Amino acid sequence: MSILLILIPILAAIAILSGGKARSIATGAAALNLIIGLGSVFSFDHSVWNFSWQVLSQPSIHLALGFYDGMSMIMVALSALVLFAAVMSGKCPEGHEKLWYSSILFIGAGGLGAFLSTDLFFFYAFHELALIPTFLMIGMLGSGERKEAAWKITIYLALGSIILLAGLIWLVAASGSETWLFEDLLASTIADSGAQKGIALLLIIGFGVLISLFPFHSWAAPAYASAPAPVAMLHAGVLKKFGLYGLIRLYPMVAEGMQAWLSLLIVLLLCNILWVGFVTLNQKRLDMMLGNSSVMHMGYIFLAFAALIEAGSFEANPLAKPAAVLLMFAHGISIALLFMLTDTIRRKTGTVELAELGGLAKAAPRLAFLFGLGAMASIGLPGLANFSGEVLVFLSGFHAYDGGGLGCVQVATILALWGVVISAVYMLRAYRQTFHGPAVKHTDSSHVQDFGPFCQIPAALLAIALLVVGLFPNSLLNLLKASTAPAPCEQAAE
Amino acid sequence: MSAYWLEIIVLLGGLVLLLAEAFLAPKQKHHLASSAIFILVFTLLCLFFAKPFSVGNEEMTRFYAWDSSAKFFKGFTLIATILTLLLALDYRRILSKFTANPDSEDGTGEYYCLFLFACAGMMWMASAKDLVSLFVALELTTITSYILVGFMRRNVGSLEAGVKFLILGALSTGFLVYGISWIYGATGTTDLALIGEKINADNSTYLLFGLSLILISLAFKVGAVPMHLWVPDVYQGAPTPTTAFLSIASKASGFVIALRVIEPFITDPLIGSKVIFILAVLAGATILLGNLAAIPQKNFKRLLAYSSIANAGFILLPIAAWDTGNDLSSTQVVAFYLAIYLITTFAAFFILAVIHRQSGSDDITAFEGLGKRHPALASMTAVIIAALAGLPLTAGFWGKFLAFKMAVTAGLWIPVILGFVGVAAGFYYYFQIIRAMYWRSSLNESPLQVRPLSFWVIVTLSALTLILGIWPQPVYWLIGG
Repeated sequence: MSILLILIPILAAIAILSGGKARSIATGAAALNLIIGLGSVFSFDHSVWNFSWQVLSQPSIHLALGFYDGMSMIMVALSALVLFAAVMSGKCPEGHEKLWYSSILFIGAGGLGAFLSTDLFFFYAFHELALIPTFLMIGMLGSGERKEAAWKITIYLALGSIILLAGLIWLVAASGSETWLFEDLLASTIADSGAQKGIALLLIIGFGVLISLFPFHSWAAPAYASAPAPVAMLHAGVLKKFGLYGLIRLYPMVAEGMQAWLSLLIVLLLCNILWVGFVTLNQKRLDMMLGNSSVMHMGYIFLAFAALIEAGSFEANPLAKPAAVLLMFAHGISIALLFMLTDTIRRKTGTVELAELGGLAKAAPRLAFLFGLGAMASIGLPGLANFSGEVLVFLSGFHAYDGGGLGCVQVATILALWGVVISAVYMLRAYRQTFHGPAVKHTDSSHVQDFGPFCQIPAALLAIALLVVGLFPNSLLNLLKASTAPAPCEQAAE
Repeated sequence: MSAYWLEIIVLLGGLVLLLAEAFLAPKQKHHLASSAIFILVFTLLCLFFAKPFSVGNEEMTRFYAWDSSAKFFKGFTLIATILTLLLALDYRRILSKFTANPDSEDGTGEYYCLFLFACAGMMWMASAKDLVSLFVALELTTITSYILVGFMRRNVGSLEAGVKFLILGALSTGFLVYGISWIYGATGTTDLALIGEKINADNSTYLLFGLSLILISLAFKVGAVPMHLWVPDVYQGAPTPTTAFLSIASKASGFVIALRVIEPFITDPLIGSKVIFILAVLAGATILLGNLAAIPQKNFKRLLAYSSIANAGFILLPIAAWDTGNDLSSTQVVAFYLAIYLITTFAAFFILAVIHRQSGSDDITAFEGLGKRHPALASMTAVIIAALAGLPLTAGFWGKFLAFKMAVTAGLWIPVILGFVGVAAGFYYYFQIIRAMYWRSSLNESPLQVRPLSFWVIVTLSALTLILGIWPQPVYWLIGG
């Protein structure tokens, strides 16, 4: 059944390519996907969604789809939400409707496929579905330095995924598992500690490039800044979470090996938070600032991962995984919302240079409100989803603390707290620059109209998701709790 | 029907067609191609009914192997030749421009017949298990290829390619004979099955020297370092069907005999590790050189030539990782890789021929604006390019995946790392085509005409690329996995 979630966007994209009405087909498919996606996540019996088909006997690889645990449910919900918002938002240049909508659908299908796969091979394979559409969208329909950005993101992602592939092949070979299914892999262990270390390093680098871990992050901000809004939303919101999802999913297999790289990882994630944080402070353009802030926020999720590594298992630090997953969801929604609104600003005023903006709140109060909501969420204001995530991250950092000397994770947590201050500075400054102060020529009400109702739907949807999860984080955390039990369906039914 | 009748049918068919060519009117020459295709399809059907010959036939059993790998590669050669002839049918207008009488098809008839002889030689190579029979089969193919490369005799590029191919080919033949004589001198036999038993500490040095000479010659055949220099020039100059044939069928048969020749040496405990080392060095160097040299290419045919070198390197990986792991044997992985390589590379050559027919150029710039001029062809080209680059969910990924899997399991880290660099470089140069098709616009906005034969072949091959990308099991059935 869950194959529907992948088939709908792919078939819709094919229909568009073969000449259907691009916008209505894409909107319909994305809406249908959203309904099925949210419906399936919050349904009671998850086993009906499982699907498995052996496509290769030696090595044994299955096209296996379904909800492996609560983490995949949350990620599927995120992908469906962002895909719908991405299809609805943005303005397609004349004459490129086919490419525009089919690319968005292909990228979305890739994300959904990766999070739904319960087989390691297809988990990896689906992620690559986004590569060519991204290349075409940024290269053809992007803005600014689009060609350089398109090549950069393509080469980086290709290199990252090929390193990752080496790690995955080694992982499966060393585990002695007979199939590539998650359940068989996670049930097996890797005895050789040298292999564990090697695999862990390959996974950190491979996934790290895809997540834009420092120092492999330089592709991300320019690519997001030049990409058309839907592509930036899907990449920053959904596809970047692929790497984190993979690290957390495979972590139990290489728990020992990861220990060896803990200090390295902590240095890198602090660079993500502080170094990139300072870089973000200096951005002069709204889109570059958002791109860099998205890189920076990955550091917090890595911090939760570092706490997990220090503890040694999910049970030893029960806060780490929920913290990471919750923040992944919250960040995905908030950054998608911000990229979408930035694109709206670009279209209405013709610029995203902070120096040329100002006073937009008068002409477009609804836009200003929604942008403010997204910015506050991104800073981590209580009541919005990111806050719950970040608090859990910081708590998980101190979970093992016994009152004695500070461990390296605790020191990192304390330093990372300053990241919140940095993000408050750049977000608020950008908000003031854009919406407050005197209106300039291209931002006054004679030039700019507020948000039309059609654009409001996706933005409001994302904002509501931020609020609901922020006020009631258990809506997602319960999904994670249920999944720790062997039979998720029974647990949920209780 | 005994297995060797397959080669006999193809050879006899070739001879009959060559005779018939003399009596055909100039405008009718392309019927030879259709007849040749018919003969090959018939042989392909016979392949499924072929039986091993009786044990009593001792001489034949000594020379001629009939196992699953021989069967697979005979089928592979037949399919590759059929596709080459289909390509040649659509290419005949360009071919006749540069042969005896430019306005008619006079002088193109032999072109179709020669493929049959080359095909027969390759089919025999798939079964050769004695160094002498291997040499004879190889020469039948190589000499035919010299003519096929230089066939457009009024075209300077084709002539130049022919001469280059002839000189380097003769050199490589020299290496092969010399290597065989060393091995014969050291062991007293040319039977590959017996050589393995006769390796000992006294003759291992001579054998390694002999094997190295043979490997150099085979490197010429498959287009691997250090004998790769001919590849770009010959591929660019030769008629496109010949290029496709060389790049696919000829490369595959080179690997078949490489597998047979290497097996007794690489499985020997005494010299096995040294052979693995040589092969790993060859694989790493070939991957690196092929992929890096492809980056600056502006001509699509030359790009495919370097990509063909790079692929030779990727195929050497599972050979160097001989039969480690518990999944598939090296022969099976090589067969798997080549089967997928056949589909994607032939599709690329068909697309190239279509573009060449329209624009008269093989340059990447000739692809500009294809996304507007023929959207269906452009999206199929995108699929094929993705497969060549090795993107997951296309068939092209599986070949590289299995090759890498084997090499990683065997712990060949340096060639594997070079392989990753190669794949990443591959994304760059293959994506140049996608960029040309969609990013750039062409001065000529008129719709592109595609002949139905080429179009449907491309559709079939792209569909196969996508289907096998999700579900590669059918290839396993063919290779006996």
